[in-house]
Amino acid sequence: MAPILQLNRVKAFYGQSEVLHGIDVAVEEGGMTVLLGANGAGKTTTLRAICGMVRHEGEILFAGQQLERRSTEAIAGLGVAHVPEGRGTFIGLTVEENLRLGGYARPRQSSANIERMYGYFPILGERRRRQAGELSGGQQQMLAIARALMMTPRLLVLDEPSFGLAPLIVEDIFKIIDRIRREETVSVLLVEQNASLALEAADHAYLIETGYIVTSGTAKALANDPQIRRSYLGY
Amino acid sequence: MHQLLQQIFSGLASGAIYASVALALVMIYRATDLVNFAQGEMAMFSTYIAWTLVNAGLPFWAAFVITLIVSFLGGMAIERVIIRPVENAPVLAAVIVTIALLLIFNSTAGWIYSYTVQDFPSPFPDRPLLGALITTRDLGVIVVTLIMLVLLFLFFRFTSTGLAMRAAAQNPESARLCGISVGLMLAIGWGLAAAIGATAGIMVAPVLFLDPNMMGGVLIYAFAGALLGGITSPVGAVVGGLIVGVTENLVGTYLIASQLKLTVAFALIILVLVFKPNGLFGTAIIRRV
Amino acid sequence: MEKPVIAVVADSLGAGRVTRLDANVWQWLAIVFPILLAAALPFALSKYHVFELTMVMIYAVAVLGLNILTGFNGQISLGHGGFFAAGAYTTAILMHRYGIPYWTTLPAAALVCFVLGVLFGLPALRFEGPYLALVTLAMALATPQLLKYFDTWTGGQQGINLVKPDAPHWLHLDQDRWLYFVALAALLIAIRIAANLLRGRTGRALVAIRDQPIAAAAMGIHTARYKTLAFGTSTLFTGVAGALAAIVVGYVSPEGYSLFLSVSFLVGSAVGGIATIGGAIVGGLFIQFVPNLANDISDAAPWAIYGLAMLLFMYAMPRGVVGTLGPWIAGWLRRLVP
Repeated sequence: MAPILQLNRVKAFYGQSEVLHGIDVAVEEGGMTVLLGANGAGKTTTLRAICGMVRHEGEILFAGQQLERRSTEAIAGLGVAHVPEGRGTFIGLTVEENLRLGGYARPRQSSANIERMYGYFPILGERRRRQAGELSGGQQQMLAIARALMMTPRLLVLDEPSFGLAPLIVEDIFKIIDRIRREETVSVLLVEQNASLALEAADHAYLIETGYIVTSGTAKALANDPQIRRSYLGY
Repeated sequence: MHQLLQQIFSGLASGAIYASVALALVMIYRATDLVNFAQGEMAMFSTYIAWTLVNAGLPFWAAFVITLIVSFLGGMAIERVIIRPVENAPVLAAVIVTIALLLIFNSTAGWIYSYTVQDFPSPFPDRPLLGALITTRDLGVIVVTLIMLVLLFLFFRFTSTGLAMRAAAQNPESARLCGISVGLMLAIGWGLAAAIGATAGIMVAPVLFLDPNMMGGVLIYAFAGALLGGITSPVGAVVGGLIVGVTENLVGTYLIASQLKLTVAFALIILVLVFKPNGLFGTAIIRRV
Repeated sequence: MEKPVIAVVADSLGAGRVTRLDANVWQWLAIVFPILLAAALPFALSKYHVFELTMVMIYAVAVLGLNILTGFNGQISLGHGGFFAAGAYTTAILMHRYGIPYWTTLPAAALVCFVLGVLFGLPALRFEGPYLALVTLAMALATPQLLKYFDTWTGGQQGINLVKPDAPHWLHLDQDRWLYFVALAALLIAIRIAANLLRGRTGRALVAIRDQPIAAAAMGIHTARYKTLAFGTSTLFTGVAGALAAIVVGYVSPEGYSLFLSVSFLVGSAVGGIATIGGAIVGGLFIQFVPNLANDISDAAPWAIYGLAMLLFMYAMPRGVVGTLGPWIAGWLRRLVP
């Protein structure tokens, strides 16, 4: 099966500094790929390059289409839903308005999709008229994922969904991500610092260090790799 | 007492004008963190367009609608062509650009239409109502402004474009991730602001008489009203504009002759701001370290 | 240890970035040559041109005052015309009513405007961004009205006429050329003071307050004190410029200190480069010459041309002439050092 997302020799730049040094990443269609690495390794930069939010070179192919010179909003329109670092919630708007915004590019299915989201995340349904800024961290993460799903994307890109959340909530989130993978036809590219959870959930994994991909393989292989276990899994 | 009420009502009418322009200022400020100093001159120019159409024989309301459409498109064009190059530049550069626009519009209007003061027709006859408490003209101004505000509220609250514009103003990056073209939203914002300004200009021209410097004072009072209400709050803009209008009128009638009216009115506004530095309804500009 | 003046020039070109430069024949020329040129010019030009250049230097001092506030402290003022007027009228009233010699009025104007600046600076501290713009706008608008109102002192609408001073007789200079050198001296002193102020502790504190006010306060920088000081110093400069202008022009009246003057200062500041010292001179040139040029191009809509000039400058050089070209030239200059 051809990968739904393919990065070839991608470099990324902040100003004059090169921060990604020609990386190759692939996400299989229907699969979940995780990009692991420490702070500042370049995980978020990779996601931003995919969505056209940072200056980059190299080839980025999504379902056969080139993403390199497209604007962020055009890439979103093609079916790439990105849940950014920090959630990117519209805190001044209500929960339902946040969801409606996710459905901006798919107006006809919007209402039906919103109800489906309340099915996945009942707590959002309870708080639909509340300001998004009033939600707890875990609830905002659910809202961010729901907002992304409103776009009926082919690729879901998640930037550190576990960030700042209590372990129990993180487990819930990952259960939901798993359920979504099964019930919706969507591929997932996940960026995480929480290596053990991510490797459990994913099919494939890449390890990035200071802008270079240092290891790649199946998630199981990386989970059993003694180096990775020592550096990232703590045992 | 009767005179007091009269002055309050007539202050509400001029306040409605200030409120409209203040609302336009707040809309643009929320979207771009920029005060559009050219808002008044753009409105004046739109009013001249309406005047030209009326002189060419069009009925008033037809000229009004056409002017609104032209102003909307013009506002969008100005945002894309004039403002876009300095969108990512230091704020002062953008401020200078809006001041430049102010000068260009003012001077061009003077060149095309001369500085002779012109009459501008009002769709409302100037008759006293409610036992001479308020004139039909003033009431008409207030009603038109109210209708415009309600339409804007409905637009922003219930349409997807309105929602997208609010999102783009609050969090442009997240808006792009939802597939919203933030640039287009900005342009629409400027277009709406221009249309609002045009409405204000057309409403005020019968009273102030049309000349290129007509909106200078209006802009200053509108700016004060927007800040009094809180530069980030549309409701504040309207309330602030109305308060400024009434205050200006009362100060001019009861306190001091027209020479120092502006100074005293401003002193009062600033006094309020000393106690509420972010305006009556504004939220503090939150600084994250 | 005092910084060599050479470094001051390179620094001002480099928009405030601190560079270490040792004395070198080329760099001495870079600073001495313009001063010599400036000193020689009045003898080569007609009286009217001398007057124009004098006004350029006076506006440069005024804009330098605004730069201290806006560029180094991040506070936008739309009201500096008011302080210009305060300086001008202080001089005019002292000269006209009390017969005080012109050069004595300058320190008086400086003091008056510094105190005014501190008085305004204290409440102005509460206001940010557009709110401060409004407060200063109010000052600019109030100025002509107040000047007309207190007409027993200010001469009201009529204004005050002043006698242009003569040069000390042993210099054998005519009035215009003498005043040119007075203005030149004032400009050089102003640049020196500004440079010293802004390179040292005070300058670093101001920039810290501008860029990260919370962190600055957390580090123990007395934000209120520095901001007020910045305001007072800024108004002092602009006030002295106003006083000089009154002496040079020989006339003050409320019309000359309208909102447009304040706006002109802001425009000059932005076009030159708000956080630079050299930019003030560019600003002075812009304020003095562009309106006349605009009139030559189109006397039907001269302000439209002026506005177009503003647009072009902001598109091409959003950080101002010195702000944009300065770092580039400074890099080139640095390469001259072995």
